[in-house]
This record gives sequence, structure tokens and C-alpha cells, in this order.
Amino acid sequence: MSIEDNGLKSGSHLEKVLKAGHFAFTGELGPPRGSNVEEVIKKAQHLKGTVDAVNITDNQTAMVRMASWAASLLLIQEGLEPNFQMVCRDRNRLAMQADILGAYAHGIRNMLCLSGDHQKFGDHPNAKGVFDIDSIQLIGMVKKMRDEGQFLAGGELDGPPKLFIGAAANPFADPFEWRIYRLAKKIKAGVDFIQTQCIYNMEKFREWIKRANDMGLTEKAYILAGVTPMKSVGMAKYMKNKVPGMDVPDEIIKRLQGAEKGRVAVEGINIACEQIEEFKEMKGVAGVHLMAIEWEHKVPEIAEQAKVLPRPSV
Amino acid sequence: MIVAKRKPFDEIKKMIEGHKKVLLAGCGTCVAVCLAGGEKEVDILNTELDMARRLDDNPIEIDTITVERQCDMEYLADFDDIVQEYEAVLSMACGVGVQFLAERFPGTPVYPAVNTTGMSANRAIGWYEERCRSCGRCVLALTGGICPVTMCAKGLYNGPCGGTNQGYCEISSDQPCAWFKIYERLATQDRLDSIMEITPVVDWEDQVPRTLIQPGYKKPETEDID
Repeated sequence: MSIEDNGLKSGSHLEKVLKAGHFAFTGELGPPRGSNVEEVIKKAQHLKGTVDAVNITDNQTAMVRMASWAASLLLIQEGLEPNFQMVCRDRNRLAMQADILGAYAHGIRNMLCLSGDHQKFGDHPNAKGVFDIDSIQLIGMVKKMRDEGQFLAGGELDGPPKLFIGAAANPFADPFEWRIYRLAKKIKAGVDFIQTQCIYNMEKFREWIKRANDMGLTEKAYILAGVTPMKSVGMAKYMKNKVPGMDVPDEIIKRLQGAEKGRVAVEGINIACEQIEEFKEMKGVAGVHLMAIEWEHKVPEIAEQAKVLPRPSV
Repeated sequence: MIVAKRKPFDEIKKMIEGHKKVLLAGCGTCVAVCLAGGEKEVDILNTELDMARRLDDNPIEIDTITVERQCDMEYLADFDDIVQEYEAVLSMACGVGVQFLAERFPGTPVYPAVNTTGMSANRAIGWYEERCRSCGRCVLALTGGICPVTMCAKGLYNGPCGGTNQGYCEISSDQPCAWFKIYERLATQDRLDSIMEITPVVDWEDQVPRTLIQPGYKKPETEDID
């Protein structure tokens, strides 16, 4: 069946899973700092069969890595479905549209539209940040290309990219009161799914998702709750103190500190799995996005413990 | 006003190392107010260069002049009768002044002694904060009088991004988040509606050299009018 007559926007596996009402489970893979294909393939093997789609980060934390579209293609070759991330920091509107078309032409079907970490964080801190358009405008641009078959400037394009359009949301960054309206703007711009920032403050997240439900936003886009298991007390403290927009309550740190020697990572995974159990039951949450940063090999174990296996075939 | 910062001394010294007779030109408006290139700064630089070159056993003759504005034809006329006496001009004006001077005297090398750093407000003596990038498409009406192009490190039109950190920007805990401030101000004024709508993609107007001709005026017929 062609995507025109099946009611799907992209026909991506992730879209089908969500549309069928399954609780989605997505993973993440950071491309290598080099052209090491083996590293991508090795990481991908841990994710195969355990997640519905894999986010491929785009020069994350402003560090140069293999292009996200290129690593996405490697994933397709390995039989996984990528979620191609694109940040506004590194490309202008011409390059973005060109990459979107190229990505789609090579089989990429999901795309995540992001502002991008400021270049100051990365390995080229004095690079010129592009930010020709912002993440909300990027969502609108992809939607226009997909649904109207037009470039941003209005010219007709030959072969619209039928992409499932995603974006991020951070329920925890200031001002909290505004965050739900920012989500509303992303949905208005045309986003199909949202993956949130890593959630540790469950109370605040419950409040945010309640507002999203009350405003009818969860009816308009699928919300995937972001989960990152803590590997160590040091990581938890770093996330709390050093990562902007991250909200790590003291209880999480105390619980990790209370774990027996050598069992801190296990406790981190326990916390993550408890969260996932709650998300499964939480109104308005359509799935989980697991960001096991440089911990891809733990994903099968986490998926098992979180009882999200086997993944649905749709 | 336009603000500028004097270039490192060694860089200035190197620029003019091959010259024996130089005119050091100050500008009496913006760069004088921001303490970078007015009469006083011209005198200081003159003294420093003179001493350094003497120590190098390579003396230099420097005369100084400070005009009202180097970005104005009217004041540049003051240079007409004297420029030919010098091998080069070292200008302490902003980039506009340096270029205008260089354009008027195409046979004479004109060197910049300052780095122009923006359009800033005078927070206190010697303390200037950038507020405008002259994008040519002012959105301050929508954003509560806080410029997202200048004050947001990513120049976002639909912020704040996810990096807002307790009211500060992800780039530094000293830099307030522009969009946090915009939100707060509009909330205080009960005007949050103005940022509820999506601001569309910007048609950048600062990607080519811009010429401004005010209504009722026209470009002069000849280029050498002064």
C-alpha cells in the first residue's frame, strides 16, 4: 500500500508503531568522532530488535562527528530504522533542505528538528553559529516540503520527502510556565512526535504532561518520554550541576549513593525501569525515548527489565 | 552608539612597522564616547608608538588629528590638504570611518587601530553592552523590548531553547537568557499573546551591503561631492 492511501504521513516504522497504539521505545546512537564504520555497526547491533527507531545525533554537544545522515544510512544498511536528527546550528536553509531531500532519497523516514547546543560547548567554540532558522521554523519547513511539495521559498519540489516529523521538548527548563506553550507552538508548526529531555523529576513531568493533556496537545502529537539511566553518582551530579536545563532531584542522587558498592549502575537502571513502568500507564505518554549515552550495549538488558520486549512488528 | 576596542599594541605596531611617517587619526563621536579612539586615546597611542619605535631604534614621525566624525564627508575634508604628507594613516575610528577614509584617499594605506565590536548601550563609564545587530527587521514590539537576535546566543525567534538554566543562557551563568527575560517582561505586561504565535522564517536583510536613502532624498549625481 502506498503511503498516500493508508493514512500515514511517512510510513516509517515508528509512525506505524505509534499509530497502531503500541507503546513506542526508541533509542539513540552517537556517530563516531571519525569515519569508523565498525563502531557504528557495533553500537547498532545492541539496538537491533530492542528499539523501534534509533535517533542519530547531529554533531551533539557541538562536537564534530560523522554526519547524522551518513550514520543514519549505515543504520538502514544494518536493518534498523534511524531517526535523523538535524540541528539549526550548522546549516542554513539551503543546506537543510538539500540534506532533507538527500536523506529521504536514501530511505530515511523520521527526522528530529532541533535548535542544537551552542557551538561554544564544542570542539570548535569560535565557529560561526548559523541559526538561519530555528527549530520551530524548521518543523514548519519540513512540513511544507512534505505536505505541500514546496521548498521554503515556495518553489515546487520534485518528489516531496514523506518524513515523520519529530522535535524535542524540555519540560524542565525555565520558565516552566512557558514550556507547555512552546510545545503547543511546535505542534502548531506541524510536529508529529516529541521526544523529551531526560526526565528525573517525575513530579514536574506529571504536571507538564497533565497540562499537555488538558490543552489537548497529546491528542495532536505523540509524546515520548526521555529516559537516561544514571551510570554513577558522578554522572548524576554532573547532570544536575553542569548540564543546562536538566533537573535532577536530590532523591535520585541519594538513592544512587545508597546503592551497594559496585551496584550503582544497577540502581540507575532500576530507577529508569521504574520510570518506564510509570510512563506506560501515564495518560498522554505514547512511548519512551531511551538515551543510553555511550551505553548502547546495556539497552537490551534495560529493555528486558522494563518489559518492553519483544518490540511489535507492524 | 557604535563601540570599539583598541587592537593589541603589538598588532598595531606590526601594521605600521614599514612606515616612517604616519598620520594618527581619531574620531570624535562614538569611539570617543566609548573611550577607544577619541583625542585622548589618540595621544596615548601616539606616545606608546613613539616610545616603542625609539626603543627599536626605528623612530617614527607621527602627527595626530581628531575629526568630529570619520564617517562623514564633511569632516573628512579636513584631511584633504595634509594626507599627502604621510606614508600612511592609522585610524582609530570604527570600521565605517576607516573605510570611508580609505575610500577618499585610495593612494594612501589606511590601517585600523581598533576592532569595532557593536552597537551598545552605555551601562557605566567604560562599560558597554551590546543591544542591536542592525538586522533591519526590528521585532522588539513582539518581544517586550528585548532583542532575540542580539541577546539570545542562538538568535532564536521562537525561544527559549531547552538550555535555559535558572534564567541564564546555556553558554554562561553570567549571561541572562533573553527569552526568559522576554517571557518575564511580557508576563508582567500581560502581553504573552505576542509570542504565542509562531514567528515565521526571517528574510535576512543584512546579507548584502545596504544603502539607505530616506524618503524625499536621492543618491547624489556625482560621487565626489563633499
